[in-house]
Amino acid sequence: MNSLWIATIGTSVIAFALKYLGHNVPEKFFTHPKVQSINALIPIALLSALVAVQTFSEKSKLMIDHRLAGVGVAILALLLKAPFPVVVVSAAITSAVVYKFF
Amino acid sequence: MSRIESTTLRDSLSVSITVGAYGIAFGAAAVANGFSVLQSCLLSLLTFSGASQFAVVGVLGAGGSALSGIATASLLGIRNGLYGVIMAPRLHVQGFKRVVAAQVTIDESTAVALGAEVRGENAMRQGFWLTGFGVFIFWNLFTVAGALGAQAMGDIRAWGLDSAVPAAFLGLVWPRLRSNRDRALAVGCVIFALAMTPILPAGLPIIATAFIAIVVGLRA
Repeated sequence: MNSLWIATIGTSVIAFALKYLGHNVPEKFFTHPKVQSINALIPIALLSALVAVQTFSEKSKLMIDHRLAGVGVAILALLLKAPFPVVVVSAAITSAVVYKFF
Repeated sequence: MSRIESTTLRDSLSVSITVGAYGIAFGAAAVANGFSVLQSCLLSLLTFSGASQFAVVGVLGAGGSALSGIATASLLGIRNGLYGVIMAPRLHVQGFKRVVAAQVTIDESTAVALGAEVRGENAMRQGFWLTGFGVFIFWNLFTVAGALGAQAMGDIRAWGLDSAVPAAFLGLVWPRLRSNRDRALAVGCVIFALAMTPILPAGLPIIATAFIAIVVGLRA
């Protein structure tokens, strides 16, 4: 079994286990404000790191290429309060154009 | 189940269709990062949590190991567990129904349910189930479309898909950046992850930022 299958199945099993576990523990364990605060901060940290790594790296090398143009336009779209599909599509079009012509 | 309340139905449907449509971006991203169409569809059916799914394909696509992909996705999945804690006493379901409820416990179903709570317990439950099933159906249909579409494209860079993935992550994190502390954390994690990329094995710079979040959360 290759790593893609291990990742697919492992992620799925743990994702369900976490959801099911949540439905089976008493609410009082999780009302602490610090737990709530960490719960809100973890996605911010991981998603920001993913944006950075996916924009500026290939394997373990850092680089600036057409992807920065795409993500730059995505930031602009978000600042203009564009909906999610517009953000993604405008980034893809920009990136494809820069990749083709530069 | 009693009559479906129209406001709840409208909210659930609009959330289901718009959020479900992101499934196109996921299906395309998964295939662009080397996953097969079958694997992409299984992730949407079984993992059924957008951020976790994008994370696992992102980490493996960047050359990370299966373990770091699973770890990153699972850290993002913890919040679904906390939604379960909130929803369980409101839904009162047992056995197989609880298994189904758990699978559709995500950002959107919890948000619509809690939003509908002002209109009573019935509206709240309908909001949860309608949104949960609605997102599930559309998310999976659009995943198939996105995966097949990306498979037909060939060189993903020529279609800008390699930028669509970070743009999708950006779109997911953007609405969460509400305070200066949130924005400072985001910038800090960007710098940290980039600084660690040449040093640590792929995937670890991303997971490590979860600890920064914990430290910031504990100090606040």
